[in-house]
Amino acid sequence: MTEQPEMIPTGDNRMLDEVFSDRKITWLEKTLGTDNYRIVKGLFKTPASIIGFILILIFVLIAVFAPAIMPPVDKDPYKMPRDGYSGEPRGPGAEWTRKVPDLPFWYEPLTGKTEMTHVLGTTQGQYDILYGIVWGARTAFKTGLLVVAVTVIIGVVLGSIAGYYGGWVDNIIMRITDIFMTLPYIMMALIFSAVLTPVLGRSLWPPLIAMTTFGWMGYARVIRSDILSIKERDFVLAAKVSGVKKNRILFKHVLPNAIFPTLVLASLGIGDVVLSFAALSFLGIGTEVGYADWGQILSFARNWITNLDRYWYIVVYPGLTLTFFVMGWNLVGDALRDVLDPRMRGKL
Amino acid sequence: MTNYIIRRLLMVPILLIGVTLIIFSMLQLLGPVERSALYVKDFPKNDKQIQGIITRYGLDKPFLTQYGIWLVGVKDPVTGERDGGILFGDFGYSRSASQDVIDIVRNRFPNTVDLALWTVYPMLSVGIWLGVKAAVNQNKFIDQAARVYSIIGTSFPSFVFGLLLLMLLYAGPQIFFPGKMSDWVSQLIFSGELKQYTHLLSIDALLNLRFDVFWDALRHMIMPILTLSYINWATYVRVMRSSMLETLRMDYVTTARAKGLSENAVINQHARPNAMLPIVTMAGSSIVGLLGGVVLTETVFNYPGIGKAAADAAAQLDVVTVLGLAIFSGAILIIANLIVDVVYAFIDPRVRLA
Repeated sequence: MTEQPEMIPTGDNRMLDEVFSDRKITWLEKTLGTDNYRIVKGLFKTPASIIGFILILIFVLIAVFAPAIMPPVDKDPYKMPRDGYSGEPRGPGAEWTRKVPDLPFWYEPLTGKTEMTHVLGTTQGQYDILYGIVWGARTAFKTGLLVVAVTVIIGVVLGSIAGYYGGWVDNIIMRITDIFMTLPYIMMALIFSAVLTPVLGRSLWPPLIAMTTFGWMGYARVIRSDILSIKERDFVLAAKVSGVKKNRILFKHVLPNAIFPTLVLASLGIGDVVLSFAALSFLGIGTEVGYADWGQILSFARNWITNLDRYWYIVVYPGLTLTFFVMGWNLVGDALRDVLDPRMRGKL
Repeated sequence: MTNYIIRRLLMVPILLIGVTLIIFSMLQLLGPVERSALYVKDFPKNDKQIQGIITRYGLDKPFLTQYGIWLVGVKDPVTGERDGGILFGDFGYSRSASQDVIDIVRNRFPNTVDLALWTVYPMLSVGIWLGVKAAVNQNKFIDQAARVYSIIGTSFPSFVFGLLLLMLLYAGPQIFFPGKMSDWVSQLIFSGELKQYTHLLSIDALLNLRFDVFWDALRHMIMPILTLSYINWATYVRVMRSSMLETLRMDYVTTARAKGLSENAVINQHARPNAMLPIVTMAGSSIVGLLGGVVLTETVFNYPGIGKAAADAAAQLDVVTVLGLAIFSGAILIIANLIVDVVYAFIDPRVRLA
């Protein structure tokens, strides 16, 4: 017989310690409340989630310091500079002859050269890959934050109305949610972007609106179930018997206590949004050609699949960038899922 | 049980109406000229024709009237022929592909089914096997490896993975190919030498006893199969592992061990079947997802399925086509989900009581 599975998950003992020692309550715990503090603490618990945070931090730094890392050439920094018009990609270290940017601070110490080159090569149409990756990080955060913010607002409004008022309101809202959930996400986002593109023109907006339209349902469900449990708590009953109005109870008492898990969940949704956005760009929907956006750089590779062994850099660099970005959010999200899992309550 | 099935059946028309309403609202963003593709092939050339089409198909009527026309189509008073009418399978005309949308479905859907058919087994078996292995060896090397894999797997975008596969297995070594079949196979089909019983290439090849054709079909499908399985394995491993860990702590597993059964018997006959329930739920939705069109994977590998057709039409902004395909895959999803739910109700009594 092999080793018995452990009956008590590791970390369980700590709970006893915590209960029986007079634990100091930090200012953070005081401001967030014990439940929410537990979530935050859980996020920084495992090595995996810390690696995740480090990855995210690196991308934040790249996005913030993009102008220093890759100085813009055109007036619009999101337009990748074109070094000529040849279709064929050029390998890492190729000479940069047209629209040469200023030497960035890291260039000379790292490469030892005084002439600017395409450090990671160029893709079809002579767009510099490194430039696209660096400024693409900004595009990623822009799209991710915007879509997440709007979907959360829609989800929270609909979910809390459904959860708090219940009855037929709840029924209608949740059936609409079901219908939206039936539809395959990527396909619907793709279609709606295609519908919006002739109306709004090729830009960030069609995919952003499309992803928002089909992305709010998860948040609505989560906030609804949290509100259902919060509204049974004693303090809500106390508010009710002391004659507080129904709407005021929802906004002042129930929602503030229910919203935190949804907010954390949502902030980790940025990885998924960026992934879907890249997928749409990859399919040829969204930003105009030459916009610094990871999915678009990858979509150029679709024309070169027979020669990818020679032009590996047009897939490997942007592909790994996107993967690491998504991985950062997933690692933290994984830790979050453990914390939010009700079976894990009280185990941190 | 009957009660549950009836309740579930009642949901179907609601879902269908909801889905078609969403898609029809999107169509309303188009001008009448683009929308005319729902009913007529040719692009209207002058204002008079446009006016004629608008009055004939009621394109300026209120929303719900138009929705009705869209559902049942318009009957020609003279010839009695029907134009449009998605209820009768007329999804409009694809101007980007120069054929009826329903013909695209007819040509492409078998390919999607073919791919789904060969993906299901590797996707499920390897995922489950790996999850069980990880749970049984909790916190040992294979468990850690499986966990790392499941994180990497969920983070690797399918199209990046697909491009890397193309780079490693196709571009240089030419072991596997993108697309659906080699030229000589399409000639075989064109000449009628390969009889098409089912229109699923791999199955037809087997029925014709043409193993060379079958091998060719597999060589074109292995990379998409790998990509689709790879993404799903990551989630299966995670779910199977945690479900298995929970099951292994149950009293009846201890009983099985106490009465002296071998560890293999305990795991394979007592623990695993019971730990499979969450996997069954997930398997249902991933199979349904495979049928609904896997847009990205099919596009990366130029695999001519429903998803690729939708992506192509979308890239050319041919909205009527994409929406027609969306209705088709929406309907497939709704029906497949219904079947899956009823099957669960048979397997797990808790579902039908909820």
